[in-house]
Amino acid sequence: MTAAANRPAGLRAWLREEAPSSRLQANLVQLYAGWRALRRNPLAMIGLAIILVLLAVAALAPWIAPFDPLHQDLANRLTPPGGAHPLGTDDLGRDILSRILHGARITLTIVVLVAVAVAPLGLAIGCLAGYFGGWVDSVLMRITDVFMAFPRLILALAFVAALGPGIENAVLAIAITNWPPYARIARAETLTIRRSDFIAAARLQGASSLGIIWGHVVPLTISSVIVRVTLDMAGIILIAAGLGFLGLGAQPPSPEWGAMIAGGRKYILDQWWVATMPGIAICVVSLGFNLLGDGLRDVLDPKQR
Amino acid sequence: MIEVRDLEVGFGTGNDLIRAVRGVSFRVGEGESFALVGESGSGKSTVLRAISGLNPDWSGAIAVAGEPQGPRRSRAFHKHLQMVFQDPYGSLHPRHTVDRILAEPVAIHRLGEADRRIERALADVGLGQGFRYRYPHQLSGGQRQRVAIARALILEPRVLLLDEPTSALDVSVQAEILNLLRRLRAERGLTFLLVTHNLAVVNQMCERLAVMKGGEIVEEMTAGDLREGRTRHPYTAQLLRASRGYSRAAAAAVLDA
Repeated sequence: MTAAANRPAGLRAWLREEAPSSRLQANLVQLYAGWRALRRNPLAMIGLAIILVLLAVAALAPWIAPFDPLHQDLANRLTPPGGAHPLGTDDLGRDILSRILHGARITLTIVVLVAVAVAPLGLAIGCLAGYFGGWVDSVLMRITDVFMAFPRLILALAFVAALGPGIENAVLAIAITNWPPYARIARAETLTIRRSDFIAAARLQGASSLGIIWGHVVPLTISSVIVRVTLDMAGIILIAAGLGFLGLGAQPPSPEWGAMIAGGRKYILDQWWVATMPGIAICVVSLGFNLLGDGLRDVLDPKQR
Repeated sequence: MIEVRDLEVGFGTGNDLIRAVRGVSFRVGEGESFALVGESGSGKSTVLRAISGLNPDWSGAIAVAGEPQGPRRSRAFHKHLQMVFQDPYGSLHPRHTVDRILAEPVAIHRLGEADRRIERALADVGLGQGFRYRYPHQLSGGQRQRVAIARALILEPRVLLLDEPTSALDVSVQAEILNLLRRLRAERGLTFLLVTHNLAVVNQMCERLAVMKGGEIVEEMTAGDLREGRTRHPYTAQLLRASRGYSRAAAAAVLDA
């Protein structure tokens, strides 16, 4: 027992070292400090737990789901929760629990694809506009304004209507409508640091503008963007669900949560579980991302340190 | 080493134009240490930023090491001339380790042997190797300023521009940093151009100085003249009195501008 207790203590001491002895250790010490700060926030830990469960469910869906999500059993349609179908069945007799578990994959795919497309684009545009200023700033920010002038869901609807329904197009439409706020945030952060002495020092060393943006500006703006992405995840899930609900996102029989709610709409008064169960799933996952985002903001926001 | 002729720097345009520097000329010889002295807003830091290339909007002539300089500077220029800033809390990137801060100039100029150079730079400014992987927020003001000096010197420049390098530090730390700068200058034959409002610092560090007021140089003198109190311009005399500390007599004699 003592040996086992000693080793983590040694690792912990190594991770809390005031004077690290390598680049790797310096980075890990910073990470560990952030993790300890995050761990002190119980709500953020709940959010993290929800997201870890979502990840696990998405990864293991085929093995943990009791039924095939597409298997129809018309003899058992609209069974109430309980028994063989813990969350009941829908109008075609498909097991709702299995559909929700498989739907986690779709939700996660949408969220990850949007985040991967949107954050770097917004970050790049915002940092370039903020750092160079002048006409570069004007052009990039007016383009941003154009996209911000439309309500997001309406613009996404227009894009999906033009591109045709489907998950890929829904992701594309959400991505196109979601980047402007990130550009705004990145630009605002860049404006506050571009006049600082450490940027001047980098210029005096002969660093190129792109080198300064990548090496000096982005590391300081990225934390705000990460926080915003996490907080926006909930919104992205809701827009994806909204597009699914309107029949413009995932197409039947795909078990996308929004589409499932749309399918259960007809029975909402008599067979409430058909629409409610996927609704609860959307609600819990959105909550998880929001809680984690709040916690990350406390840890990452340089202004609060 | 540094030659400035009829330097004019303005901010804004039209009626809002503020002429921060009005026709400043001076020369700093090789290996010399020259000070620009004056009150806040006298334009002394603006002169420094124009020479360093950080402010490209100026007119007149600036030559460094005999090479006339335009608004854009070459990589060789940056290797040749470095600057230490006033505020050590603002001049180090908050998310970069000391190691990264020092490695970057080596990488930009492709000098190679980064490890050896960083170790040497840290030793030169009196910081142990234990500081190498720390972040600026783990360092005191004096230690940060040492890192900033190490960053400036790791390129082995011949000219160092010093923008009030000690005015943000405690008095006890100020002396350490000034001693460090003096030692490094003696070891490497550096040329210093120092901006300060502190005449005691000038006395310790410089052979010659120019007094600036309202964007113009009102008097150029040697440090010896300054020590003996041989001033020609009334503003210099006033600055000298003020530097001896606050007294009722000195305060009464201040000429309100």
